Amino acid sequence: MAVERVPDNESIQAGLKQVAFWPAVLNPFGRFGIELNNTLGAMAIFLARAFIQIFHFKQIPEIVNQVYFIGAKSASIVALVGFFTGMVLGLQLYYVMNKFGAVGFLGTAVSLSLIRELGPVLTAIMITARAGSAMTAEIGIQRISEQIDALTTMRIDPLGFLISPRIAAALVSFPILTAFFDLIGILGGYLSGVILMGANSGAYTYRIDASVEWLDVRGGFIKSIVFAVLVITICCFQGYFTHMRRDSYGSKSVSLSTTSAVVLSCVMILVSDYVVTSFLL
Amino acid sequence: MEPQPLIEFRNVIKRFGERTILDGVSFRIYEGEVTTIIGLSGTGKSVTLKHLIGLLKPDAGEILYQGAPIHRMSRQEWNAYIGRISYMFQNNALFDSMTVFENVALPLKHTTRLGRKAIEAKAMARIEQTELAEVAHKYPSEISGGMQKRAALARALVTDPQIVLFDEPTTGQDPIRKNAILGMIAEYKKKIGFTAVLISHEIPDVFFISNRILALWDKKIVFEGSPEAMENFNHPFQNEILQSLESLQQDITGLYSSRHFKIRYQTELVRRGADDSYAVLIFGFENMDDVSAVVGHDAAQQTLRSLGNYIRKHFGAVGGFSTRQTINEFTTILPFSDLDEARRILDRFAADFRDHGMRELEASFRKEIPADQCFDFMISVGMAQGKPQVEIESVMEFARFDKKPIATFQCGVRR
Repeated sequence: MAVERVPDNESIQAGLKQVAFWPAVLNPFGRFGIELNNTLGAMAIFLARAFIQIFHFKQIPEIVNQVYFIGAKSASIVALVGFFTGMVLGLQLYYVMNKFGAVGFLGTAVSLSLIRELGPVLTAIMITARAGSAMTAEIGIQRISEQIDALTTMRIDPLGFLISPRIAAALVSFPILTAFFDLIGILGGYLSGVILMGANSGAYTYRIDASVEWLDVRGGFIKSIVFAVLVITICCFQGYFTHMRRDSYGSKSVSLSTTSAVVLSCVMILVSDYVVTSFLL
Repeated sequence: MEPQPLIEFRNVIKRFGERTILDGVSFRIYEGEVTTIIGLSGTGKSVTLKHLIGLLKPDAGEILYQGAPIHRMSRQEWNAYIGRISYMFQNNALFDSMTVFENVALPLKHTTRLGRKAIEAKAMARIEQTELAEVAHKYPSEISGGMQKRAALARALVTDPQIVLFDEPTTGQDPIRKNAILGMIAEYKKKIGFTAVLISHEIPDVFFISNRILALWDKKIVFEGSPEAMENFNHPFQNEILQSLESLQQDITGLYSSRHFKIRYQTELVRRGADDSYAVLIFGFENMDDVSAVVGHDAAQQTLRSLGNYIRKHFGAVGGFSTRQTINEFTTILPFSDLDEARRILDRFAADFRDHGMRELEASFRKEIPADQCFDFMISVGMAQGKPQVEIESVMEFARFDKKPIATFQCGVRR
């Protein structure tokens, strides 16, 4: 006759601990996954609802206003960063290429680095720092001071009123500023590589003309448009839902939303840069 | 048969996380009335109001508009419903990057098909009505808190709404402005004919313009009725809340609040013998709307304040006590005077008032009268004698019917 083994108390406790261990470890991941899914879904709906309201003639004055704020007012800082980026590139690449006797290709290296990679990325980061943070703070303050609720009570869709013009303006401004950055950067490279270091001026400009193709320019513009959508969506979303933050309230939540918007935008610019590049190459 | 309510709350429950804010709230709002929600801070008054406009949704219960649940409305019905409502926020919610004019014109620009000129005309009309024409081009941060409040009021009224929700419209205002805003609400209600729902702490001043009072206490509506019925409301709310909200004296006139006035005459009259008599005087400020229209609400309230002060000083000196009964009516009781003595006192008052009092009143609005405009107003008084065993309300009513003019102001001429 088989004797059934009755488990002692210790083994029951150990078993229970083992059973309780995995949910305790996995729960936070699950929760994070669900939250991420919800946030991404909310962002997609947010973007789609705002995007479709761009195409209304009443939006034109506000779009122009936002192009001025995002585009024109960022031009000087973009030019400054572009110029010094170009100068550094010219200088560094001159030394590297000089070792291999390839200084003649300096124009190619500077222009392709800027047009394909550095131009779109650094322009997007500069706009995030200047206009994106301001946007988050402005929308966040409008949220906590009930200005957005006031729009709802006046039958004005806050997404159409606040977000749509900013999306449209970003889609216009990002590529233009990127082109501006590229141009100024190439001039910066010329100054350091040709004028200061003594590379041949004709070779520099000829190599740019010969090596930069339409595909490179198109790739840079595609990136700038992807970054525009990402930066504006993240910055506006963070400001718009600043009152939903669980970690803070009021003005503190606006400051944290602004920080999150800038950090997240910069990270997403770099991540998406890799993804887009891998598709383009 | 009771009329169909315009809006009805049925057992509305609202929770924020673990906290229950509204627990089975039920009440009715009738068309054309001013309904005021009173209660201490943090009891869910604003939450209640936000449910009406769809900024919050109830966890349980129903909100009905003309008998139809608002949360089951189609998109079209909802838009039509929201289009009839305006909301004036507690903190004004003005757009700080827009001028006063742009703020007021905003709902017209985005929700109507009016042309630029029509929008400008309509917005400027409201701005002028709220005495903001001089600051129309300024930003909200450049104007005073009182002006911001009036800008928010102008924005709430610019679309000629059917229902206007006022979330503490007088908070942070000085007594004159406070009463000017309440007067403005009463006047626009008369002119535009909207239904108003107010949240206010300004008791008793707010009672003068309210048709119905809703008392929110312990997450529920514990009283629903007229301001007069509130006097006889027997509930802990009466002691715990009403007394803490109601000031002994009215801010605007310095007179007794009607509840303290009632306490005073009850204690005075209970001491009197059955044969003793007292006199009741009812003072009326006739044509107040015209005064407000010409000199503005602030100056009109200042005039009312001067009249209240004059009555208080004069009759206080002979043992009388007074209160503001309605928006433009004062009551004085002379507890130790019969009708003859009261008439002598009143005659002296009338003569003195015509000589000096009217000059004081005039000083309140003289500077505000535009060169090409004028108005008339009249101060009238009615008098009646009462006995301690007779209901004071009937004596007051008798005095009200006996009103005769004691001073008039006709287009700049005092009489």
